[in-house]
Amino acid sequence: MADEPKHIVSSFESDLKKLHDMIATMGGLVERAVADASTALLDHDTDLASRVIEHDPKINAEQHNIEQFAVRLLALRQPVADDLRQVIQALKVVTDLERIGDLAANIAKRSIVIAQVASTFSLSSLGQMATLVQQNLKSCIDSVGEHNPQKAVFVWRADQAVDDLYNAIFRELITYMMEDARNITACTHLLFIAKNLERIGDHTTNIAELTYYAVTGESLPDFRPKGDNTAAYMPTNAD
Amino acid sequence: MEIASHQKMSSDIGLPDALRQAAHRSDACVSIRNLNFYYGETHALKNISIDFPDRQTTAMIGPSGCGKSTLLRVLNRMYDLYPGQRAEGEVHINGENIVAPGQDLTKLRRRVGMVFQKPTPFPKSIYENVLFGVRLHEKLSKAEMDERVEWALTRSALWNEVKDRLHTSALGLSGGQQQRLCIARSIAVRPDVLLLDEPTSALDPISTLKIEELVDELKRDFCIVIVTHNMQQAGRCADQVAFFYLGELVEVGPSSQIFTAPRERKTQEYITGRFG
Repeated sequence: MADEPKHIVSSFESDLKKLHDMIATMGGLVERAVADASTALLDHDTDLASRVIEHDPKINAEQHNIEQFAVRLLALRQPVADDLRQVIQALKVVTDLERIGDLAANIAKRSIVIAQVASTFSLSSLGQMATLVQQNLKSCIDSVGEHNPQKAVFVWRADQAVDDLYNAIFRELITYMMEDARNITACTHLLFIAKNLERIGDHTTNIAELTYYAVTGESLPDFRPKGDNTAAYMPTNAD
Repeated sequence: MEIASHQKMSSDIGLPDALRQAAHRSDACVSIRNLNFYYGETHALKNISIDFPDRQTTAMIGPSGCGKSTLLRVLNRMYDLYPGQRAEGEVHINGENIVAPGQDLTKLRRRVGMVFQKPTPFPKSIYENVLFGVRLHEKLSKAEMDERVEWALTRSALWNEVKDRLHTSALGLSGGQQQRLCIARSIAVRPDVLLLDEPTSALDPISTLKIEELVDELKRDFCIVIVTHNMQQAGRCADQVAFFYLGELVEVGPSSQIFTAPRERKTQEYITGRFG
């Protein structure tokens, strides 16, 4: 795409670039939120967690700005072909990014509770999951900026590992709760945090699918390798 | 002929979709194969093969000088009026090769109506404008002529605006009305194919939308081919879009595909305005 000839109307070209930059900025804010929420959880850093919560309205405002800008582009430029796909991608990507921001803020809120109940549980599995989710999110946002469909497909496939980790954490936390009812408060929060990370992974794959469509004009298949099978999980009494 | 086409249709039943579509494609009203056109030494159309299906609108897009208007001029053999211009290949309209020698051009032009960029009303009454072509080809009674005028003006969405002044000069109509009158004059002879060469480029937005609405209506009865420089118009009006460049057909496909995900890079560059 980089070698594509420039648009004859230079203001259209600069509008598209601006849209692009706005998404990069919002992507950066969201990446930061997820990273900070994870650090706040793992380090029991309640100040950092509070900052993530405070910053969430910024992400929402950025979503609003991008949507307005994209609608204006549609109305004034009537883009077609790859230009149209880019604007549609922008409109949909910001929804996923905003949801990721909300989920990060929710993780931050729960991490404050976790810090207070002085959990003795090892958070290493959650830490591992958070790292993987952040890596995928970063690659995904890079794929948007670079118009790179291969990277998008890589991210789309990589979500399976996130789901596998989530399944493992789910079982682990259920076991702790069954062992001692006093663990239920902390474990429920941790379970929601794991679920939030898993949902961030899903929104990341949505963005990857949108990027693939925007660049190639084709949709990725409906079937994505999925691994979250906790909906059907039932612990046995023998455990 | 009718029986044959009926048999063909009933034999389609039970065919897979792709095959049925292919069968329908071969039933195209206009079928062009390996068409080359020359203005003297200039090779203006290069090996064009394309179908214009019946009861569908095909839009031809491309930069000036790419051959769109030349192709329209081939379809009713307007080039015959100029020495040194010649077409090679096959252009079948309902199965008949119209570029073959020995064609009755007056009959051909009754079957292929054409509307130009600028409205071209004759300095006659509205009524006589509509009947101009009809009088050349048919002998109708007064009542039949009245009926034909009303039919053509109704189909071209002009009847209500002019029914009380049919015998006043057509030159008194607005630009948009004049263009609809020209469409009425073209369809009054009941052609098979209607060619529209940038029919709205001289019109205001509301008149343009009226013509577009009209094209949508008319495609129920005719095979329509429209040349337009307005990409949105091509997208709105056409079932299929053909992109021409330097006398070659670069890409043809459903308009939804051409405007969201064109296959050819050249098409993409042209429609997004990144040309050259």
